[in-house]
Parts: sequence; structure tokens; C-alpha cells
Amino acid sequence: MNALLHPVLKPGTSQGPVFKVDRLTTSFRTPDGWRPVIRDISFHIDKGETLAIVGESGSGKSVTALSAMRLLPRDRARSEGRIFLDGRDLLTLGEAEMRKVRGGRIGMIFQEPMTSLNPVFTIGNQLAEALVLHRNLSWAAAEAEALRLMDRVRIPAAKSRLHEYPHKFSGGMRQRVMIAMALACRPKLLIADEPTTALDVTIQAEILHLIRELQREEDMAVLFITHDMGVVAEVADRTVVMFRGDMVETGATDALFARPREPYTRMLLASIPQLGTMGATPGPRRFPEVDPATGAASEGREMPVVTAGTAPVVEVSNLSIRFDLPQGRIHAVEDVSFSIMPGETLALVGESGCGKSTTGRAIMRLQNPTAGSITIGGRDIAYMNARDLRGLRRSAQMIFQDPFASLNPRITVGSAIAEPMLAHGVLEKRAVRDRVTQLLEQVGLSPDMASRYPHEFSGGQRQRVSIARALALEPQLIVADEAVSALDVSVKAQVSNLLMDLQASRGLAYLFISHDMSVVERISHRVAVMYFGEIVEIGPRAAVFGNPRHPYTRRLISAVPIPDPARRGTRIPALASEEARSPLRPLDYVPPKRRYDEVSPGHLVQLP
Amino acid sequence: MTSFNLFSGLRPLLRNRAVIVGLVILAVVLLAAILAPLLAPHAPNKLSIVNKLQPPSAVHLFGTDEFGRDILSRAMYAGRISLLVSLGVVALSTVLGVILGVAAGFFPRLDTPISRLLDAMMSFPDILLAIALVAALGPSLPTVIIALGITYAPRLARIVRGSTLVLREMPYIEAALTLGLPLWRVLTRHLLLNLASPILVQATFVFASAMLAEASLSFLGVGVSTDMPTWGTMLASGREYINNAPWLMVFPGLAIVFSVLSLQLLGDGLRDLVDPRLSKER
Repeated sequence: MNALLHPVLKPGTSQGPVFKVDRLTTSFRTPDGWRPVIRDISFHIDKGETLAIVGESGSGKSVTALSAMRLLPRDRARSEGRIFLDGRDLLTLGEAEMRKVRGGRIGMIFQEPMTSLNPVFTIGNQLAEALVLHRNLSWAAAEAEALRLMDRVRIPAAKSRLHEYPHKFSGGMRQRVMIAMALACRPKLLIADEPTTALDVTIQAEILHLIRELQREEDMAVLFITHDMGVVAEVADRTVVMFRGDMVETGATDALFARPREPYTRMLLASIPQLGTMGATPGPRRFPEVDPATGAASEGREMPVVTAGTAPVVEVSNLSIRFDLPQGRIHAVEDVSFSIMPGETLALVGESGCGKSTTGRAIMRLQNPTAGSITIGGRDIAYMNARDLRGLRRSAQMIFQDPFASLNPRITVGSAIAEPMLAHGVLEKRAVRDRVTQLLEQVGLSPDMASRYPHEFSGGQRQRVSIARALALEPQLIVADEAVSALDVSVKAQVSNLLMDLQASRGLAYLFISHDMSVVERISHRVAVMYFGEIVEIGPRAAVFGNPRHPYTRRLISAVPIPDPARRGTRIPALASEEARSPLRPLDYVPPKRRYDEVSPGHLVQLP
Repeated sequence: MTSFNLFSGLRPLLRNRAVIVGLVILAVVLLAAILAPLLAPHAPNKLSIVNKLQPPSAVHLFGTDEFGRDILSRAMYAGRISLLVSLGVVALSTVLGVILGVAAGFFPRLDTPISRLLDAMMSFPDILLAIALVAALGPSLPTVIIALGITYAPRLARIVRGSTLVLREMPYIEAALTLGLPLWRVLTRHLLLNLASPILVQATFVFASAMLAEASLSFLGVGVSTDMPTWGTMLASGREYINNAPWLMVFPGLAIVFSVLSLQLLGDGLRDLVDPRLSKER
């Protein structure tokens, strides 16, 4: 009906955008009626172009993509506006036609490659299935095409891997398979919803590179959804910034990064942790304080360095943790040694599965070591009885990654914070209440929040509650296992600053376990890099980041996306080589004794 | 803030309409049973062959059975035993099931022995196991409750074990352990509270099953006693007259339906109460 206002393009013609969203509003049904979650979204993507939608959790970026695919449940969500693919309005199509569009004209890849492949079918079978369904190929032809697709997404030795099951593929390889599936029917548009968020940073770089190359070869339009400004800078031609369901700003990516107009965009850009902003500063440095009203940032204060001459809070020596399985032995942690001083942050970095969390869990005695010793406050925790172990709980505490799962949903946060104090009998009941108030204030929450339940808090607030709970017993050491990884960028900076402030005021020692190199660079005094259960490089932060010696450390640092569109495409990651490498070894395997070279004082690098 | 105030804690429960309905039904059923000697219009065992198989009327509201006994009066007296047996069985099997299930789920070393024991118990048909236990202990009201309580304990234990295995890996349980809380506190406060939903759901099933199982035991002659009716025995003996005098089965059947329904409504309300995420108050 609006043919004049919105000229309908003939399918297949090259002019005009491939994909166009026009005044899209999607509402969800709530007990109080329909509530819009995204309002008045308009954008378009041309052939061969990448548009990124960027925003924090709850900004509506995924809802936008799901609306475009019409994947939201019909009875609980409705979309108004128009969504054109090649001139056809997708919102007016019938469900049968829409099914042809999905997977046919629009390909989609999701965040979680580990769970999006069916474990009981081979990779080749799952790839061929899509081809048989959408392109009416015979199974034999489909398998041949599947092989071609696996070559296209650069899976090494594709022919032999075609008949393997998903569990033999690493996360990155699985995401390649997912991309191959999305490409199977030569879609006009590829929607990538946080495709690299669950992947390690070195693999993220490879996948982003692959998507860029494929886009060039196929001349596809790509809609890229992400929360990571670094990734936006790497991939997007144009960018849409979303905030709480509204489009805040849109424009060419380089212009948006160089001259953000809206305060929210400025704030988002200012809170991105950036690598290489520290120089030779010896201590950590707070993240810039960003004024949400103007988006103006002021560089953070430098934090104190560790005073020499004190005894370490925790000493880990020659720690090994192995798990025996029927088919072999997992060497999760192998001959790891380090110590942490009061007031010091040691960051333990590495990719998923490298043993960094297992090390942290061993320090908390959530995991028993196979060999080696862990000494906290001069006592070996391996030989502690139940009573001494409770004493240990007072000196060492842990903050977990998932702020949604680490608080009991049925207990108010006030009770959760009070509980350890009551259980250890450190304070009288009346004093506990005051202490809870005080702790909540210290972590930047209001004391009257004590009577609320965890589900009433945002992710960042919950993590503050977890920190308050960990502080309740006044520990000397806190093991922070990916404590800020699940948080939005602006919140990530705030919680990291809180951790640094608490360290400065209380002389806390942190074991900061993280895969996020840019946060680690800000927050830590020293860094240990783990790779397949071993520490390959350890030293003062400035030395490890400024002068990385081990090839793996270099790879890790160079793979971090740089939020600067001008440098896009200048860094080509090393060719995909990764197999599903695992620390699984035969039962009689004896790991070689590693030797280390001292590059500079305290900076040790594993010798090959 | 740390103590759970019983009254303020229960107030949201009373705002839930389903809970009110459940409470009213349960109160009516319980009062009818407890006050049966005062309220029953006739003696439950008084025979009157001339009045046999009378349909419901003003004199006999629920009709009469094959011996002319008043069904309303019998149903009221029967409720005393049926409810006592069912509630007793639910309580016993829940206690046993939770202890066994949590032990098996939380302590890996106990898992194999407890799980095999449960498998062994579940490999017997329910009634057969109950008959064997009653035969061993001698038929009486307490032994029927004990026998059925033991028989149904594995059902609860299985569910509790499965949920415990999942919950044990939750970061908030690990967090509670790293905070140095005593183990019993972790188990009672952090684990048990989160097990409430599956336990409540399963317990309502056990309640209904126990009522019928008690009837089967009575039918087979190993039940509570033969001189006092239960809803189950009334159902069993009414079976032969289903075509001519359906009221023999309909009214005791309805009594069972309403007591199970009231417990389910209450159970749902309780589950919402212990789960703040489902409470409309918040």
C-alpha cells in the first residue's frame, strides 16, 4: 500500500539495499499489556556491507535480529513496521514462506557453537541435511557440497573430518561448521549474533577474519550483533548503537569512533578497556571515570605498588592437578608455582581449558591437588582438618564468574552477606546488621537493598553483592575467577575500579583469573600466562605486556581486538592450525621438567 | 533480617486465590473427618438391608450401600483413616527420601550404595513390597503407614538425588562452602530450600497413591482393619455395583479427588512462597 513511499525492488536487482528495517517496533506481552522492547528501529544494509548493532545487555540488539528472522514466539511478541529482504516485506510472509527465507536467504550464526551442533550426527551429515532440505540436492551431491563448504570455511583436512562427530571439534572449528551451515544456501544476508563471544580471543580473531573474507567472496550483506566495541571496529562498515531498546546513534564506523555525537556512545567508547594504554606504569591504574550525562572521561588514578619485604599471602609450589579418565589422564595443571604478596594482584591468564580456574579452585580447596603444595598464611592447606579449613575460609575468599548463579535465589542479599559472619561467630547478631549496611555501602549499593532478593538486581549489582559477601570475613586473599567477564563494558570498568579501591584500602591480595587481556593490563601488578596447564611466562605486568617473550603470550596479546577502525584488516591472524587439542595424555605419560629463563628481574619465560 | 518471620512469611500465601480454595477444601474434608462422631447423620456400620442400594435422597444424602449403610456417614468416618494414612505416608516417605536422596546426591561415596538400594526397592511392584513389609510387621495402622512410607521413599529419593546432583554444582553452593559455612547449614539452608519444588510435586503424587494403595492392602486383607471403612475400601467394594448404584463409588472417589486437589493447590502456593522469583509480591 505504501508503494510510493517505499519503492518495492525487484528481487535480484543490484540497486538498493539487500536488507532494510523500517520503523521496527517489537513488543512483548506482559501482565500489564504489550510493552515495547525495541522502538522505531530503522537501518539498511547494502550488498557486501557489514552493519554492526552494538549495545549492552538488555539493549534489544538480539530482539532486533530475532524479529528480522521472525523467530520470536507469536503469542508473546509482536512486531510492527517493515522488514524488507530484497524488496519483500518479511512481516507479511506466511510461516511456510518464512521457513524458506530462514536458512535459505538469511543465514544465521549464534553465540554458542558448543551446543548448536547435534552430538549424535557427523558434521558432514548435519551440513548435508541443510542442503538436502533447502536446495533439493541428493544426499551424495549434498555431501560433496558439504565438503566444498568445509574447505571454504578453512577447516583443515576437511575430507577426513567430514565423517567425524562434533565432540572432536574445538569451539573455533565448530563455529566454522556453523558458518558453513549458514552459508550452505548462499544467503543474501548473514546474521551473526555474538558469534565470537564464547570463543577464546585468538580464535575470535581467526573467525572474524574468516567472516570478512567470506563476505568479500560471496558479496553478502552481514548483520553483526555484538557488545564488544573492539569487534565492531574490526568488522563493521557502519554501526548502530542501541540503548534500552532505542537506536541512539548510527553512522559509518570510523566516523562514529572518531566523532561520537551522543553521550551514551561517548561513554561506551570511553569505557572500553584498551590494551597498551599503560606504558611503563608499575602499578595498576583505575579505569577512566565516565560521566554518563556527557560521556566525558577522565583518566583513572594510578594505584599503589606492592611494598617489598613482606611475607607472601599465598605460595603455590609445583602444583599439579590431574584427572584420570577411562581413556587417559588429563593434565589440567602441571608444575605451577607462584606467590602473591599482600596488596598485590596476580593475574592468571590463558584460554579456556588451560587450567587457570582449576588452579584457583585448588587454592580454595574446592579441588584437591595431585601433587605440590599450597601455603596460605604459612600453613599448607592440603593437610588441614575441618576446623583449620574453616579458619582458612576466613583468610581466603572467592568471587565467581556468573553473578546470576553465585547467589542463592531464595535468600535475601542481606542474609547472604550476614551468613558467613554469623556462621563463623565473628560478630554479635546486632553488630552483624550494621556491618552488612557498611559492606553494602562499601561496594556502592544502598543499605536498604539488604532485604531484596538476588533476582531484583542487575548483573553488575549482583557482582557487587558477591564482593560484599566475600569481604564479610575480612580475608587477606580473594580469588576472582573471571569476576568481571560476564559484565557489560561500563559495569566491567566500575567493578574493576571497586576491586582496585578495596585492594588499596585493605591491602587485599587478588588472584585475578581472566581471559580478558585488556582488563588484566589495568588491574594487575604481575601476570602469569598459562597454556595447557603450564605457566609459560610470568612477570611484572609492564614486562609481560611490554616485552612478551613466549610465542603464546605474543599470540594472546596480538589477538585482542583493537577498538580503532583505522587499523582494521591490518592484522592477519596466523592460519588456523588448531585441532581440538586437549590436555588428555596416556596414563603412563610423564611430563617433561620445564626450565625457565629469567629475562629481567622477576620475568620468567619457559624454555622450549 | 536473617530470621524468617512465620506470620509475615505466610501472609503472601493467603493472598493467593488457589491457596485459599485449597485451604477451604482441606478444612472441610478434615473437619468432616475429625468431627465425624458429632456430624455423621447415621452410625457408619449400622446395617439396614431393607434400605440397601438407595440412591441419594434427603435421608441418605449420598445414598446407601449394598448393606443399607449410609454412605455419607461412612465416608466421613473413612476420611479419618484415609487421611491419617496418606499424610503419614507422605511425611515418612518425604523424610526418608530427602535423607537418602541428599546423601546420595551430595556425597559421591554414598551414591552407589544408596542408589543400588533404591534400585532394588523399586524393582519390586509397590504393592508387593508393602504387603511383604506389613506381613513382616503385622497388620495395624502404624505398620501400614511405615510399610507404605518405605515403599514410596525411593520415588522421592530419586528426584531429590537428581536435583541435588545439579544443585551441588551451582556456584552458590560452592560459594557457601568457600564461605566456611558448616555443612549442615549448607545442606539445610542452601540446598533443601531449592529442592522444595520437586519435593512438593512428588509428595502430592505420593499422597494420592498412598490413599489407593491403602485400599489395595485392605482389599487383600493386610490393611488397617476390616471393621472401619476407608475411602479406598469403599471404592473397592463399590466396584461390583458400578452399573446399578454408581454412588457407591462416586462419593468416596470425590473425597479422594478433593483431598488430592486441595493438597496440590496448597503445594503450588507453598512452592511459590519459597521461591521469591515466582511471588507476585516482588
